[in-house]
Amino acid sequence: MTLRKRAFHHMRWNEPIIYQLSTPGHRGLLVPEAEEGIEQAVGDGLSSIPIGMRRSDSPSLPELAQPQVVRHFNRLSQENLGADLNIDIGQGTCTMKHNPKINEVFAGSPKMTDLHPCQDQSTVQGILEILYRTEEIFREISGLDCCSIQPGGGTHGALAMATMVRAWHRDRGEDGRRDEIITTLFSHPSDAAVPKVKGYKVVILPPDEEGLPDMEAYRSALSERTAAIFFTNPEDTGIFNSRIAEFTELARKNGALCCYDQANANGLLGIARAREAGFDMSFFNLHKTFSSPHGCGGPATGLLMVDRVLEPYLPVPVVRWDEKGGRYYLDFNLPKSCGKVKAFYGVIPVVLRAYAWIMSLGAEGLEEASRIAVLNNNYFMKKMLEVRGCSISFPRHPARIEQVRYSWEEMKRETGFGTADVQRRIADFGTHYWSSHEPWVIPEPFTIEPSESYSKEDLDEYLGIMEQISRECYEEPEKIRHAPESSTIHLIDHEYLDDPDRWAITWRQYTKKYRGYFERR
Amino acid sequence: MKGKKRVYPYIPNSEPRVREAMLREIGVDSVDDLLGDIPEGIRMKSRMNLPEPFTAEADLKRHVEGILSRNITVGEYLSFLGAGCYDHHVPAVVDEVIGRSEFLTAYAGEPYEDHGRFQVLFEYQSMMAELLDFDVCNVPTYDGAQAAGTSLRMASRLTGRKKALLAGNMNPDRLKVVRTYLDSVMTVEMLGWDRSSGLLDLEDLGAKMSEEVAAIYFENPSYLGTIEDQGEMVARAAHEAGALMVVFADPSTLGVLEPPSRYGADIACGDIQPLGVHMNYGGGLGGFICTKGENRFIEEYPSRLFGITPTREKEWGFGDVAWERTSFANRETAKEFVGTHAALWGVAAAVYLASMGPEGMADLGKVILQRSLYARKVLGEVPGVSTGKPSGVSFKEFVVDFGQSGRDVVEINEKLLACGIFGGKDLSREFPELGQSALYCVTEKTSKKDIDRLVEALSEILR
Repeated sequence: MTLRKRAFHHMRWNEPIIYQLSTPGHRGLLVPEAEEGIEQAVGDGLSSIPIGMRRSDSPSLPELAQPQVVRHFNRLSQENLGADLNIDIGQGTCTMKHNPKINEVFAGSPKMTDLHPCQDQSTVQGILEILYRTEEIFREISGLDCCSIQPGGGTHGALAMATMVRAWHRDRGEDGRRDEIITTLFSHPSDAAVPKVKGYKVVILPPDEEGLPDMEAYRSALSERTAAIFFTNPEDTGIFNSRIAEFTELARKNGALCCYDQANANGLLGIARAREAGFDMSFFNLHKTFSSPHGCGGPATGLLMVDRVLEPYLPVPVVRWDEKGGRYYLDFNLPKSCGKVKAFYGVIPVVLRAYAWIMSLGAEGLEEASRIAVLNNNYFMKKMLEVRGCSISFPRHPARIEQVRYSWEEMKRETGFGTADVQRRIADFGTHYWSSHEPWVIPEPFTIEPSESYSKEDLDEYLGIMEQISRECYEEPEKIRHAPESSTIHLIDHEYLDDPDRWAITWRQYTKKYRGYFERR
Repeated sequence: MKGKKRVYPYIPNSEPRVREAMLREIGVDSVDDLLGDIPEGIRMKSRMNLPEPFTAEADLKRHVEGILSRNITVGEYLSFLGAGCYDHHVPAVVDEVIGRSEFLTAYAGEPYEDHGRFQVLFEYQSMMAELLDFDVCNVPTYDGAQAAGTSLRMASRLTGRKKALLAGNMNPDRLKVVRTYLDSVMTVEMLGWDRSSGLLDLEDLGAKMSEEVAAIYFENPSYLGTIEDQGEMVARAAHEAGALMVVFADPSTLGVLEPPSRYGADIACGDIQPLGVHMNYGGGLGGFICTKGENRFIEEYPSRLFGITPTREKEWGFGDVAWERTSFANRETAKEFVGTHAALWGVAAAVYLASMGPEGMADLGKVILQRSLYARKVLGEVPGVSTGKPSGVSFKEFVVDFGQSGRDVVEINEKLLACGIFGGKDLSREFPELGQSALYCVTEKTSKKDIDRLVEALSEILR
């Protein structure tokens, strides 16, 4: 493999904290002033404020003129690395893919941004049509029947599922008895955390020798207390659970609902669906598989699809088409609804982008996206396993779906360097690498997800970086020890972040504890 | 396209020769050979039945914009809608920064290659803390409703108690979400409020206060727009009984109104949408939670909290504070959960607050107060219309009662719509006791001319 010749150095602005840039009296923006007639009619407004409620001081915000504001934040943007700039395959489970620019034109249009959620519905027929059409499309993608676009992310999708599980069993008078939700060790952490928030006891299945949820453990975990199962398939091992229909069948026989975390859907579009695998509901991350950008961590959407029998329990409102009136409308009238998980209706611009992405590809294109994601993943895996010190979990499975959890266990043993060291060093190459979700039952793990957006050359370049870092771990340990050298900043001290005595979450806290550069007061 | 395999612009390796080369490298004949783990029984038997795509960008643009063109924006009509989502001015500089590829398309990376967003969100936390006069603020939650729910759960964990007393004049949409968060761990009791003043009923509070109560929650301003000025008394009642006070505050008020910390709140929460985020049909929301800096509070946050830390070369470095709290670290034993929430709106709010500064926030509060007072006054002079109840001082929203006109809000709003005006939100279903009333909202974008136009239209309609 030849490493594409780059001489990367991240922008390093050494940018001060915005409070250090403040000059008293500067203004970044002026606000309209009340017209003369208003002054005459009601005065200065401020004297109307009830005694004790008028702010007695000025909030300590920084004061900057607009050019300085722009420069500061644009410099900070240059010290960030979006998917538009890097081969962003190191964030397994998160499906980093191309965010088509035309979709930003749609999302940034006043016809999207400047709509109020309480406008008369005759004036939002366009956006309601997009939402309705998106639901129709997801019926095909999932095989399920009814939709809620309300959840604001994958974890929120899980919350909506757990909330519906509760409503369903409550309606059957079984809520008190069914107090457990079963999930798996390799499912996303939220699949374990969210049911807990809804008051469920969480039962976690360990993986078997093949890396799949242990069937025997599952059989003994299922009982009349089981309210639902929360499964991911494939998990971040990338191994498809070929017995998934058995799992769902057993749950169903037991009166439990089958809930599917399809954050990892990118290898399965048009190939295998929630319906055929026996799931009652499923959520999809529109900011992952369906191309909406991540925005440094949201806003996002965890679109929820459910079987028809669960429709009455959906969060309100749902979007419907009135055939007779020839109009779309929001239906709030679901008497058994589980309530709401988000204010108003959801993160609409994310749904709009997903709709546009799907409509640019069609059924054949969606399937192609998945097939190429699978191709990319298996190509990458083949080459990655040639890199010294790297191994794979559950090696008996030759092919994987769209991602793989690897391990630097061998390298750690031989060099003392593991996944956190690779993570630090990779910043010097202008790309990004995470590790894996907890728990790290596979030692020194990392999860790579090379979605369909990356060319063969991109994958080869990333592999070249991994190869070089591995070589350095074995042969040039100083390089690793001091990394990063070419990034935005140098090695940070993590201890400050875990020590209540030293941590500072705001500039106010910092200046209370320190002066100058971390000199204790 | 018949017979020829399509090559997709977003999918580089859809090019047949590349694909073949990669398959050869893997040592299989087709992608199907890589999908062997998926049993036949659960495979799709036929292609998904989806609409024909618009594969050319020009066609896609025509299609999507064609649908969107059926929307009418608040720029095209005159809007008096609020109720939890507000038409404030979004500065161009905000759109410029959040539109930067580096922020827009980033995941949520590590302290080095994504240093920029750590610093911006640290600055966001810092400015929000100043606005709220607290020590700590989190990375944004999904929305203010989640922030409210989580604040109450934090209060429950802090006090070891299981009951929330919620103000009856809170936003009903938000209440539905809060219930979802509290269901199964906390019980909810609603507090009465005085119909004539719009303020909390302290007698009712006294009657409902007990050793079981974890927190009293109210919104300031209330859903109906009134400024609650009894905060200190509510706080005293809460604290005497060992409970906390949680206040949901509108950040756009805080240049001129005291923040909740000054009248005894232990936790302040709210929504950052007014701080430079487009309404996006209700999709522009993001929540904040602020507290004092004591560790007992910090330990109860489920959210990410970015902290500042030194680097080897004396730069400003950043990272996650107390990571072990989070569900990323501790799954089912974590404090609630964290995931992908609304970070980009936090970036927007940071740019907004840095642009506005203290003077900007004070000016904003002043002009909103003046214009909404004016609107409330002149609307109240229209025959058949009353804006006197609830009588409490309002900030940007107030109740308009059409009872005396004998007309209902639905009809009035239809007629306003015909004049190109979105009338206030109909309250007749959410608060039937208010009769035919609507919640009107005025922001710094609403000019005197706009208000006069509304008055004229209403006078005509109610004639």
